[in-house]
Amino acid sequence: MYPITTAHYIALSAALLLIGTVGVLTRRNIVIILMSIELILNAVNINLVAFSQALHNLNGQVFAIFVITDAVAEAAVGLGILIALFRNKETVLADEVDLLKW
Amino acid sequence: MLTPELTQAIFFYIFAAMVLAGGVLTITRRSAVHSAMFLIVSLMGVAGLYLLQQAEFLFAVQIILYIGGIMVLFLFVIMLVNLDQAAKEKQFNGQWWIALVCVALVGAQVFWFLSKGRAAFKIAQPGILPAASALGNTEQLADVLFKEYLLPFEIASILLLVAVVGSVVMAKKRI
Repeated sequence: MYPITTAHYIALSAALLLIGTVGVLTRRNIVIILMSIELILNAVNINLVAFSQALHNLNGQVFAIFVITDAVAEAAVGLGILIALFRNKETVLADEVDLLKW
Repeated sequence: MLTPELTQAIFFYIFAAMVLAGGVLTITRRSAVHSAMFLIVSLMGVAGLYLLQQAEFLFAVQIILYIGGIMVLFLFVIMLVNLDQAAKEKQFNGQWWIALVCVALVGAQVFWFLSKGRAAFKIAQPGILPAASALGNTEQLADVLFKEYLLPFEIASILLLVAVVGSVVMAKKRI
């Protein structure tokens, strides 16, 4: 169980990624879908920092900073879209927005 | 006997439990505010994991930007958007099968790679340990960020500008 190796971090990050994926695929509330995307991005960051630590190379942490930047941009635009959607359709449930569904 | 390895392991398991429990509760709660609170617990666990790996700058960024910035944004939107109606409805759609298939596939892959151990990762060899450099993590990170990754850094600033303008355009009633 210990000492803690990179494999521990990879397993944790895989578990968090799967939790986020299940959230994206099964929830109906768009706010919680966006939160699940944040979980997925955090799983990626755990992985990047773990490998950065294992390889004694800071490039992974720089990429984690870029991932966080993307997460901020995604959250801002996603929540803007959500507000516009709620104003027009009066719903925040993903499967009630099916105008383009075949 | 409390060796450094044991201490690190104890803290790793505490933070991992925070991350996973927070994540599971985030995607299962009915109320979006409760979900946001448990997401904060999960993000704090991730911040602790950064601190455990001597990534102090990312720890600070995680606390300030994620918990202080993104989560406040989420809570503001939850306040603006009326979620009372949505909380009364069915919370899950019927896509359990797709989710189950995804989890099984990715879980099998990860389990397979982890069971093969270190040989599964044919990656670059560890670099030389920087000889107890006097520079802290933040200064080393700044060196890499502003020398090797200057152009991506500037492109990221344009991305943020586009996101700011885009979200204002989306959320405004009349432009």
